Amino acid sequence: MAYSDKVIEHYENPRNVGTLDKNDPNVGTGLVGAPACGDVMRLQLKITDEGIIEDAKFKTFGCGSAIASSSLVTEWVKGKTVDQAMTISNKDVAKELSLPPVKIHCSVLAEDAIKAAIEDFKKKRQERQTKQSAS
Amino acid sequence: MKLPIYMDNHATTPLDPRVLEAMLPYLREDFGNAASRNHAFGWKAEAAVEKARKQVAELIGASDKEIVFTSGATESDNLAIKGVLEFYKDKGDHIITLKTEHKAVLDTCKRLERIRQERLDELKMLRLSQLAETDVTPDNLAELSARFNVEQDAQYQKWASRPTGGARVTYLDVEKDGRVSMEKLAAAITDKTVLVSIMFANNEIGTVQPIAEIGKLCREKGVLFHCDAVQGIGKLPFHVDELKVDLVSISAHKMYGPKGVGALYVRRKPRVRIAPIIDGGGHERGMRSGTLNVSAIVGFGQAAQIAREELAEESARIFRLREKLRTGIMSQLDMVTVNGSLEHRLPGNLNLSFSYVEGEALMMSIKDVAVSSGSACTSASLEPSYVLRACGVEEDMAHSSIRFGVGRFNTEEEVDFVVRLVVDKVRKLRDMSPLYEMAKEGIDLKSIEWTAH
Repeated sequence: MAYSDKVIEHYENPRNVGTLDKNDPNVGTGLVGAPACGDVMRLQLKITDEGIIEDAKFKTFGCGSAIASSSLVTEWVKGKTVDQAMTISNKDVAKELSLPPVKIHCSVLAEDAIKAAIEDFKKKRQERQTKQSAS
Repeated sequence: MKLPIYMDNHATTPLDPRVLEAMLPYLREDFGNAASRNHAFGWKAEAAVEKARKQVAELIGASDKEIVFTSGATESDNLAIKGVLEFYKDKGDHIITLKTEHKAVLDTCKRLERIRQERLDELKMLRLSQLAETDVTPDNLAELSARFNVEQDAQYQKWASRPTGGARVTYLDVEKDGRVSMEKLAAAITDKTVLVSIMFANNEIGTVQPIAEIGKLCREKGVLFHCDAVQGIGKLPFHVDELKVDLVSISAHKMYGPKGVGALYVRRKPRVRIAPIIDGGGHERGMRSGTLNVSAIVGFGQAAQIAREELAEESARIFRLREKLRTGIMSQLDMVTVNGSLEHRLPGNLNLSFSYVEGEALMMSIKDVAVSSGSACTSASLEPSYVLRACGVEEDMAHSSIRFGVGRFNTEEEVDFVVRLVVDKVRKLRDMSPLYEMAKEGIDLKSIEWTAH
């Protein structure tokens, strides 16, 4: 199967590979996929108290499309607000990378990763607020 | 050294220049039809085909009368299995094969199972209409089925126990190393078994089956033994009488010959009979009609002769290169496992799982080397290799496997290059892998609740 140039470009020069401190209260971590299915994506977002995504890092176990999809969304979410990031859909990813039908799945994973990371961040903030109000 | 490097010799092999030389006259001036009995063009073509038939026969210790030329091993497998089932339908309708066989064998068996089921369904309808003395229609089918249990009916039982066209198939599991268990095989044979179909060497993991033991068992039990020997012939010694095989599928393009030509060995003593699956002019003693592909057959013969003459020296050399590749990679990377038996293995095969790296991603990052991935990410199904799964390889590891096939034209320099490249790229991909990071932190990946999808 031939990949689009954009997939190959992201695959060969992935942006924002790495790890953020998952214990940092401003970092949300999304881990989606399963090793048995052949792809696991971990997306981490560092979000300011004002809700702006100031940093994004990913690590992905998966095929070229999975790596390219995660690399692409780290670029997209940076500088966006949480609400803006939530509107990124798998269709945008699939379209941007011209993913073939059998690889649409990778773009779904990327969308899920954004949502999971933001959810994790919100949960952390919720817990923090509960603690603060309790004390 | 020229890039890209070809190291996928299980998929196909390059044409040996000596084979091409032998073929060229039969694509030019000696273009005759081997079946033309009345002029020199035909005679020349026929003589060339008969020479090739001898060359192929000699490679496996057969007589030339036992070689039927086909379009390749897929056709040979189909002809052997369907041909035997049809010819021996009065003896029984049971086949035994392995879960790790090539699709040419497995899909043929599945079709035969389907045909049998359709025939049984027809018989059931017939019996229902006899019992109810009325025609069975979609409207009354459910009601009639409820009234008459034909599965327990004596007449239906009598029909169903008769060969029905099609077959019953037992798909045997393999052991962890990919080999068949002789106990399980012996236990699976019944008085209805007509054929055992087991490959010589596996195309993915290179595992070599105990062919001599299987041949002995089948002979003792009076069951025919078909062997898809495509991957092993020309790489390891194979003698039809010593191994007691009855039918053998061979392909030219897996031994440096041309594509689109193969052969089926059909034993004459004791005689094995098959019904043809292609009807027509009665070529190949009626077993496979169709004008012979003379130039390709000539190439096949030449490839067989070269393989026979150079087998010992070549397999030793390829084995050394394979081991250099294996030890080179495994000494520099942790968490790499070999799939399939190391002891009973094709000399050129190396199938490795690189934990926490996805096979297709690795293949993409070593694009200067042509290999094959056990991960199915490149195919439509997204399921990992059924061969690895049948050997008990966990799904995540099956997604992480790569098959290297070292062949005649690979060099030491190429192997060194591949080792360096693979080691470098696996490290890079692991740096990018969340699983590798988690494993390094001591997190048990099995303890995590993954979001399966």
